[in-house]
Amino acid sequence: MYKIVRKKELNPTVTLMEIEAPLIAAKAEPGQFIIFRAKEDSERVPLTIADFDRDNGTVTIIFQIVGGATMELNTLNEGDCLHDFVGPLGRPSETDGLKKVAVVGGGVGCAIAYPIAKKLHGLGCEVHSITGFRNKDLVILEDEFKEVSSVLKMMTDDGSYGEKGLVTNALEELIKSGNEYDEVIAIGPVIMMKFVSNLTKKYNIKTIVSMNPIMIDGTGMCGGCRLTVGGETKFACVDGPDFDGHLVDFDEAMRRGAMYKDFETNAREASCNLLKQEVKG
Amino acid sequence: MAIQKNMDPKKCPMPVQDPQIRRTNFNEVALGYTYEMAVNEAKRCLNCKNKPCRTACPVQIDIPAFIERVANEDMEGAYRIISQSSSLPAVCGRVCPQETQCESKCVRGIKGEPVGIGRLERFVADYHREHCTEKPEMPVPNGHKVAVIGAGPSGLTAAGDLAKLGYKVTVYEALHLAGGVLVYGIPEFRLPKIIVQKEIDNLKAIGVDIETNMVIGKVLTIDELFEMGNEAVYIGSGAGLPRFMNIPGESLKGVYSANEYLTRINLMKAYKEGSKTPIKHSKKVAVVGGGNVAMDAARSAKRMGAEEVYIVYRRGMQELPARKEEVEHAEEEGIIFKTLTNPVEVLGDENGNVCGMKCVEMELGEPDESGRRRPVVKEGSEFVLDVDTMIMSIGTSPNPLIRSTTPGLETNKHGCIVTDGDDGLTTREGVYAGGDAVTGAATVILAMGAGKAAAKAIDKYIKEKN
Repeated sequence: MYKIVRKKELNPTVTLMEIEAPLIAAKAEPGQFIIFRAKEDSERVPLTIADFDRDNGTVTIIFQIVGGATMELNTLNEGDCLHDFVGPLGRPSETDGLKKVAVVGGGVGCAIAYPIAKKLHGLGCEVHSITGFRNKDLVILEDEFKEVSSVLKMMTDDGSYGEKGLVTNALEELIKSGNEYDEVIAIGPVIMMKFVSNLTKKYNIKTIVSMNPIMIDGTGMCGGCRLTVGGETKFACVDGPDFDGHLVDFDEAMRRGAMYKDFETNAREASCNLLKQEVKG
Repeated sequence: MAIQKNMDPKKCPMPVQDPQIRRTNFNEVALGYTYEMAVNEAKRCLNCKNKPCRTACPVQIDIPAFIERVANEDMEGAYRIISQSSSLPAVCGRVCPQETQCESKCVRGIKGEPVGIGRLERFVADYHREHCTEKPEMPVPNGHKVAVIGAGPSGLTAAGDLAKLGYKVTVYEALHLAGGVLVYGIPEFRLPKIIVQKEIDNLKAIGVDIETNMVIGKVLTIDELFEMGNEAVYIGSGAGLPRFMNIPGESLKGVYSANEYLTRINLMKAYKEGSKTPIKHSKKVAVVGGGNVAMDAARSAKRMGAEEVYIVYRRGMQELPARKEEVEHAEEEGIIFKTLTNPVEVLGDENGNVCGMKCVEMELGEPDESGRRRPVVKEGSEFVLDVDTMIMSIGTSPNPLIRSTTPGLETNKHGCIVTDGDDGLTTREGVYAGGDAVTGAATVILAMGAGKAAAKAIDKYIKEKN
């Protein structure tokens, strides 16, 4: 069983959990993901690894409460155990030879962008980070990003924190002011990764995005996580989750990602109703 | 005492759920022989000297010997004989393609129907499960450790055989549940999961450890399994990535691989009311392919409430690779067979949902390298099949996780692990492999046969080394 050793609410919809999983912690690299099941009858849900501690044998996950499965996970507390926790899956992000990189994180995607920024910083690479959130209340990992970035641009949609605007505004500004990046790494909502990729294409800067499609087994068996990349079918679980942003068919990925939207909405409502009943009981 | 033979030219029919009822539920279709039926069918076996049936069995069960016990109403004796060769008899009795194996060689089949060997095997295994209270005997440990990758039919067979020889066996399974294709692929109505669970419990009772949530190649490498004291490793990691046809529209919403569709229904229990696993509730479904997996997907779709379900297959009815019984059951349940038909494009509506499948008709030309007549497109035969879901069941290509993390492990151009001869030795010393990871998608019994052969080879290898 996989014990929760630390739980922290980062904002009202985003939670951090540090999970005891020594074998995974020993192997995990930024960019890889795990699959969890909160309880015995829960869905399998992939989450990219936010951090790991090889000495203490723990893996940190940061998740947004978006559907039934994450809501169920959020009902567990420190000392409780997750029923299943498997990984590290997928290929690690490639960091070899990078000297100057812009790391772009959107919303809870910052949780995945951070370990890459941290690793690059540790390797002596110059890291410029850009984070984007809807508003001030949703900002996470500010101190962490500060520590590993020589430039940090924080954007909010409504201007309630940092600068008002989109991450693409900040990125374009940095590019225009003469920064020459070996690579841009963009992690966040698919629509954000699409627009970052469109922008960097214009400037001909290699761009890596981290895709998080619907997945079941996560080991190369079900094929549910397939994407079209450069006209070819790729599987995020074994070929990714990192892909060349200039080649990914984002529109298709968005359509496929919304396949079970109605079901998810119903599941969330059902979970809420169950919780209410539990509270009443 | 000599037993009066039963000279009925026909097999005792298998009692089944009525097709009209069963297509609305996930309960097992075939209900199994009664005691009397089994004894009576067993008496059809002539116990001939040559035992051709046995040579056609991938795990060489002493078929006439176990059937003789059934005829003599010694069901436990029959079970012991099967157990010597097969670790999963209740499974094989249900899913083996007997008509192309043991039963194809049965002497009774020359002038009538062969003995119902599969049905008798199933009866014996079920009878044992329902009546035997004895715990299996714990083998005497021999002090050696072996790791098995994959808790599917191949890995479980190898693990069972090695454990019986005294090895300390740990099976590493990537999913949260052991069983492999027996739990994620083959549906409940063909193989109840409680039966798989019992077979796995039997292995645990003889000391086999099963560790779930362990993706070998990621969390541990094969080299690390050796460092942990294992003296040999058996790879039974199964088939891998589903194949698609590379036709336009395959990424539309409503196009599934059979693996995904069946995994959602079987492993993740989407067929149960209140399941947390989403699945599309389709009205009209086309399953592309003609194997057992295609039949399973089509019959599952029907049970999930689809009104029309098609099997779309590019060759003819005679060429369908599925078990005969599955094809018959599918037909009885109202699955429509569109043979000599091949999809060329999946059509989508403005929201990206499947709304049809453009197909062409085929005709059979000259035989190809597989010996089957090659299907060729009939000119001007294009038509659109009105469907909202398409399930691709045209095979898989091997999983890359182990080959990409194991130096010295050779694979062929398809990505299948290369093995030497019949005992499954790979290009790495002490590493053996079998089942779909070696052959590409095949059957449960062939995977079991490979697990069995490898267990024997591993035993020999470790004994010679020490």
